[in-house]
Amino acid sequence: MSEARDYKVIGTRVVRPDGVDKVTGRANFGADFSLPGMLYGKVLRSPHAHARIKKIDTAAAAKIEGVYAIVTGADFPKVGHEEITGGEGAGDFADLATNVMARDKVVYHGHAVAAVAAQTSAIADAALAAIKIDYERLAPVMDLDTAMADNATLIDERLFTAGLPEKATKPSNVAAYMEFKRGDIAQGFAEADVVVEGTYRTPTVHQGYIEPHACVASINQGGQATIWCCTQGHFDVRSMTSKVLGMNVADIRVIPSEIGGGFGGKTTIYLEPVAMVLSKKSGRPVKITMTRDEVFRASGPASATKCKIKIGAKKDGTFTAMSAWLAYEAGGYKGSSMAPGAMCVFAPYVVPHFLIQGYDVLVNKPKVAAYRAPGAPQSMYACESLIDDLARQLKIDPIDLRLKNAVSAGSQAAYGPKYNAVGFKECLEAAKKHPNYTKKLGPNEGRGLAAGFWFNAGMQSSAEVHINENGTVTVVEGSPDIGGSRASMALMAAEELGVPYERVRVVVADTENAGYNNVTGGSRVTFATGMAVIQAAGDIITQCKQRAAATWGIEADLVDWKDGQAIPKPGVNADVKPLTLAQIAANSGRTGGPLLGRASLNARGAGPGFSINMADVRVDPETGKVDVLRFTAIQDAGKAIHPAYVEGQMQGGAAQGIGWALNEEYIYDSNGVMQNAGFLDYRMPVASDLPMIDTQIIEVPNPSHPYGVRGVGEVPIVAPLAAVANAVRAATGIRIPDLPLSPPRVLAALEAAKA
Amino acid sequence: MSKTRVETKINGEQMEFLCEPQQSMLDVLRDTLGLTGTKEGCATGDCGACSVMLDGRLICSCLMLAVESNGRQLTTIEGISRGETLHPIQQKFLQHAALQCGICTPGFVVAAKALLDENPNPTEEEIRYHLAGNLCRCTGYDKIIRAVQDAAQTLRGEAS
Repeated sequence: MSEARDYKVIGTRVVRPDGVDKVTGRANFGADFSLPGMLYGKVLRSPHAHARIKKIDTAAAAKIEGVYAIVTGADFPKVGHEEITGGEGAGDFADLATNVMARDKVVYHGHAVAAVAAQTSAIADAALAAIKIDYERLAPVMDLDTAMADNATLIDERLFTAGLPEKATKPSNVAAYMEFKRGDIAQGFAEADVVVEGTYRTPTVHQGYIEPHACVASINQGGQATIWCCTQGHFDVRSMTSKVLGMNVADIRVIPSEIGGGFGGKTTIYLEPVAMVLSKKSGRPVKITMTRDEVFRASGPASATKCKIKIGAKKDGTFTAMSAWLAYEAGGYKGSSMAPGAMCVFAPYVVPHFLIQGYDVLVNKPKVAAYRAPGAPQSMYACESLIDDLARQLKIDPIDLRLKNAVSAGSQAAYGPKYNAVGFKECLEAAKKHPNYTKKLGPNEGRGLAAGFWFNAGMQSSAEVHINENGTVTVVEGSPDIGGSRASMALMAAEELGVPYERVRVVVADTENAGYNNVTGGSRVTFATGMAVIQAAGDIITQCKQRAAATWGIEADLVDWKDGQAIPKPGVNADVKPLTLAQIAANSGRTGGPLLGRASLNARGAGPGFSINMADVRVDPETGKVDVLRFTAIQDAGKAIHPAYVEGQMQGGAAQGIGWALNEEYIYDSNGVMQNAGFLDYRMPVASDLPMIDTQIIEVPNPSHPYGVRGVGEVPIVAPLAAVANAVRAATGIRIPDLPLSPPRVLAALEAAKA
Repeated sequence: MSKTRVETKINGEQMEFLCEPQQSMLDVLRDTLGLTGTKEGCATGDCGACSVMLDGRLICSCLMLAVESNGRQLTTIEGISRGETLHPIQQKFLQHAALQCGICTPGFVVAAKALLDENPNPTEEEIRYHLAGNLCRCTGYDKIIRAVQDAAQTLRGEAS
């Protein structure tokens, strides 16, 4: 990596190559694909949050004209326990299989219990209505306190808590316990001049992608199948579907459509195996699309949490001890984002003594899925709220308090490794200098600040670079483009090869036309797939030097590549003219065949990302409504390949985080039935709810990437929760520890304080 | 169930189709006429991904029955640009990086056009309230608002 490198196209704000199709409606998303003879599939979902399935009667449904197939759990193979790796969420293939289609038990309202394929969607609806199911209802377990109580109703009677210091002797809803510690926590608190603590709760929220899950599956009588779907990882759809159905991986081709948002929620499967079994039974292609109601009830969401944090500090602000007790809801099956939440909670700070305890807890809600920096927003909301209170108590500026304890290169992260170059202090310094930090506030207004962190991921990627006969470039990669990554890939290929950006086109290829790639997740695509593109371009340059050398009759190591041309190295005595990429390509048939560059890698050294967010809010004392007046996101991107899309990530994450802080929550009735499964009542921020979101990109290069890239996609959602909550605290003088800070909750707190 | 014959003008082209009485305009656009640029995000009128113009007025096509389009004029995303040139709103969305995943983009482009047809010089607040029926989960709206402001300026014939 060279910091002083003079980039030609990296860092410019080019138009994305897939842009025109997306502003004209030509781009094909999940639900846009259809096949001749295709049937419409629909899923019957459990009306109960927790129940045993006694009997399913599909006879009446099967008699309806136009119904071609009906499936229930009995049509799916039994799948053994095996941990799911490679994605962003945690889980077990056996659970994935029963989540896709329930067998003997339903564990949340909306759990799939049967499915039909019919000639029309209206016939499919009629068939679902004709399926009769006898349930034995069980008490729903809807929150952490109930689930963790000694005498709790058990969601899985065979579940024993994993990871306890002593082996569990009786089953429990707590699926796993995890602990990190360093030093002597008692000593650390004893050394403190001030000790603060608090308990914070965050609600169940949904990723809220605008495109519902959708797929078409078609399998022939020889067992070869194709799936068209919207996903963050088509290779994962292939592996998961093969496990759930006991199919050969090589018999499944997955073709990813454009994807209408995911935020982690499209890193798993729901519909694909169901459509496949329906296709097998009917002998026809089958399409299933979720309704928005189904998306809320049966996909995602992110964990509700309860977090207790305690911090000890000296009078000068030096942290002496920190402890965290973190409980995360997993939904009906084990595997929440508790572990990354526990690893992130103290990641920005140096502290000699700490203890972090995490619990993964079953409740009768949909199995959680990854949501942007999975686990971090919840635990860091709690910690960053408490640090704000500590700063107030110590009468230290909240930026100074964080600067005093901030990690930098060489600090050992609470989760283990020593940091390489990181930009946390740079973000804090930038916040301090930012004009928004000192803007005057009016009555009922307050300013809040918080830090965010995410590890960022590397993982497996591969890419090919094809040089076409006129010297234009086709990049073939396998990471679904969820927010403009084709532009980043094209920029990096253009930079390496020394050709104009417009000559590079990028294809996101399917499982049969691209090498293996892990999911678009972990903020890894620009970093890891980008690195594969850079290496594949480097492979092309090596080949071009060889072709030029052969043309000139000199040794290949005497050839340089500069500004898109092969030239003899300085001092080499050869009377030749430079050869451009286009000239080498035009002549490639005579010098060894087509130019094809390849790279595959398991990227190491994803640089951790830090951020500081500042929010200014106004709280209406009459209604409790909180308006965000100003929002400032400052984040270390390492190197912004396409600054506009980096800013876009920061602004989008801010909006999601503001929604999480102020409005979004799953509301359940006493039977465990969600009451607000639609965009009207599950209130995500709309344009009139938000101000412009100011951004400042910090660039502390990641030493492990040729251009210094760090992942940028997930960090942005981490800090807004506490930034907004701290602003509300500043505006009202009241700490409200539970999210969301919706008008009724804020108003109740204001009135309680008056009384 | 017997189907109804409907005649309507879509993007300036005379069309006719058969539909069931309960079918929404959105379903007919997408499934019968193959105009899949109009997207479904909720089917309850809350997300704006299915925005189209009916006789010049912005509506959610998921909330309209297809039979109601008889004798009316519809403009969908496919009708916003003509021939070789993008509409200025589309150009500005690209220049400002006002889309990430792109699923909400057709709805925003149609809604923005409906606004600028009526109000060529909207304030930021007017743009935000006019577009409040269109959900975007990726961008935080910032770049969308700027793209619409810039497009308005271009349409007014001012240099941007």
